[in-house]
Amino acid sequence: MMNEQASQPTTTWCLRLYVAGKTPRSIKTLANLRAICEAHLEGRYTIEVIDLMQNPQLASQDQILALPTLVRKLPPPIRKVIGDLSDTERVLVGLEIDSLG
Amino acid sequence: MTAPLFIPITKLPTGIPGFDHIANGGLPRGRTTLLSGTAGSAKTVFAAQFLAAGIIQFNEAGVFVTFEESPDAIRRNMAGFGWDIATWEAEGKWAFVDVSPQPDIEEVVRGVYDLGGLLARITYAVQRVGAVRVVLDSLGAIFARLDNNQVIRSELLRIVSVLRRMGVTAILTAERTQEYGEIGRYGIEEFVTDDVVILRNLIEDEKRRRTIEILKFRGTSHQKGGFPFTVIPGEGVVVIPLSAIELKQRSSNLRIGTGNADIDRMCGGGFFRDSIILVSGATGTGKTLMATTFLAAGAAQGDRVLLFAFEESRDQLFRNATGWGFDFEEYEQTGQMRVVCHYPEAASLEDQLIMMKNEIQSFRPQRVAIDSLSALERVSTMKGFREFVIGLTSFIKHQEVVGLYTSTTPTLLGGTSITEAHISTITDSIILMRYVELFGEMRRGMTVLKMRGSAHDKEIREFTIDGNGLHIGKAFRTISGILSGQFTHAAPSEIERLGRLFKDSSEVE
Repeated sequence: MMNEQASQPTTTWCLRLYVAGKTPRSIKTLANLRAICEAHLEGRYTIEVIDLMQNPQLASQDQILALPTLVRKLPPPIRKVIGDLSDTERVLVGLEIDSLG
Repeated sequence: MTAPLFIPITKLPTGIPGFDHIANGGLPRGRTTLLSGTAGSAKTVFAAQFLAAGIIQFNEAGVFVTFEESPDAIRRNMAGFGWDIATWEAEGKWAFVDVSPQPDIEEVVRGVYDLGGLLARITYAVQRVGAVRVVLDSLGAIFARLDNNQVIRSELLRIVSVLRRMGVTAILTAERTQEYGEIGRYGIEEFVTDDVVILRNLIEDEKRRRTIEILKFRGTSHQKGGFPFTVIPGEGVVVIPLSAIELKQRSSNLRIGTGNADIDRMCGGGFFRDSIILVSGATGTGKTLMATTFLAAGAAQGDRVLLFAFEESRDQLFRNATGWGFDFEEYEQTGQMRVVCHYPEAASLEDQLIMMKNEIQSFRPQRVAIDSLSALERVSTMKGFREFVIGLTSFIKHQEVVGLYTSTTPTLLGGTSITEAHISTITDSIILMRYVELFGEMRRGMTVLKMRGSAHDKEIREFTIDGNGLHIGKAFRTISGILSGQFTHAAPSEIERLGRLFKDSSEVE
């Protein structure tokens, strides 16, 4: 698990990304996510990566079905985005970054 | 060492009553069976029972992957069958993999994905509880939730092959939109093609009828065709394996009394210990009396006797028995007799059959009477009724008890009923009771039509009923056509002439 902390207490985005192993797809998804966060949420987000190959027991907490799945824990309400996040514009809409950010 | 050419397919007994019988042992071990059915066809009950029976009967742990209902709903719904899932979870025998939709969490798809999350969770759960059995219920929900059917199909194929590698026996449920036609929606049969079981919930003559059919078990045998099943509280799915019934019951030469010395004589010494006797007659000919006498005779000699009454209430039966000098109440108090009164309409025929089997199994009687079997005709379709009679008869024979069925003919004079048409070949003995019109007076006649494996009286005898019961009299000698109801009276002189005719011819030889 990795944590990338940035200090801005007001609206910190807590994001959790589920992947399985260090596959090209998981690496690409994480890169896509980082790029989106840096561009739109700089300094006010955390990303927690959960690798289900190593910790399969953690999948049930968010009822994970497909991979990769990104879970927006904060701000509420909880939202899930399934897929490799390759379409930036649609990911922004899916996470509601523009409206809430 | 050389590898064997093939690994023989073995079966995993499911423990679901009747199913292993039609499946010739159970589900193919280590494979995934597709269980397909329309909405309300009891797929989830069957699937859950597969796990529950595994735990109860074989101490085999199971994993339930739910795509549709929440684990809470399943725990609650299955409690009615006596399955305490929460306790099994605590004991590490049952594990849920909950992938049911979460209505409060919005979910969107952005980009390429696979079902690796599901696979990781199933694998983890199987390893955690050491599962032998896995259920995935039901596939339609996952196709409805994610957009790419192609991906889902290939991912499910991956899951099925992982399950196979882990050596678990699995059931995958899928919806179908109609009772006949394609096996499942979304081309599911394309990736799980080895073993297919179909549950149907048919409507015939406005009556619901559930059937189960094993469509295929690749490389191994099973019974063909649809078999009725029912879902009962406290038990779950019970399959009624009718045509799979084997004729292997033992036969006995032991005779038992009918309760009437004259009838014993007519039957060549009484009924056989493990036979089925059909007593057919119009209303009021004395069938209930016959059943009553038969049971009372058993109880009097210390047997346990069981009566299923579908026409008369308990009070009526007991009052009538008292009138004939039998104290049913006393027999009941001593635990020798049990009387079960049911309205035929109170339950489906399948449920009646299960109820009757359970009563017989728990009471363990030596004599069983059903008064009347024909009352059950009206609550079912012809096919359903026939299956019921065959199922019941074979069950009673296997218990090695003597069973007496009464059947009411639809007409007063002569005639047969559907009941007789269906079961006359299965029953060992048939006794006909008929009204006989004799010179403007109604009399009663009785004959033993069939007595398997024994000589019997071939004559049609007159009988009377009074406060002491049933009395057999002389044979009707001057009348013919009694059974058909088309009487012709023969003058005594004619009978004598015929008698002489045969006498003469025998003397000539």
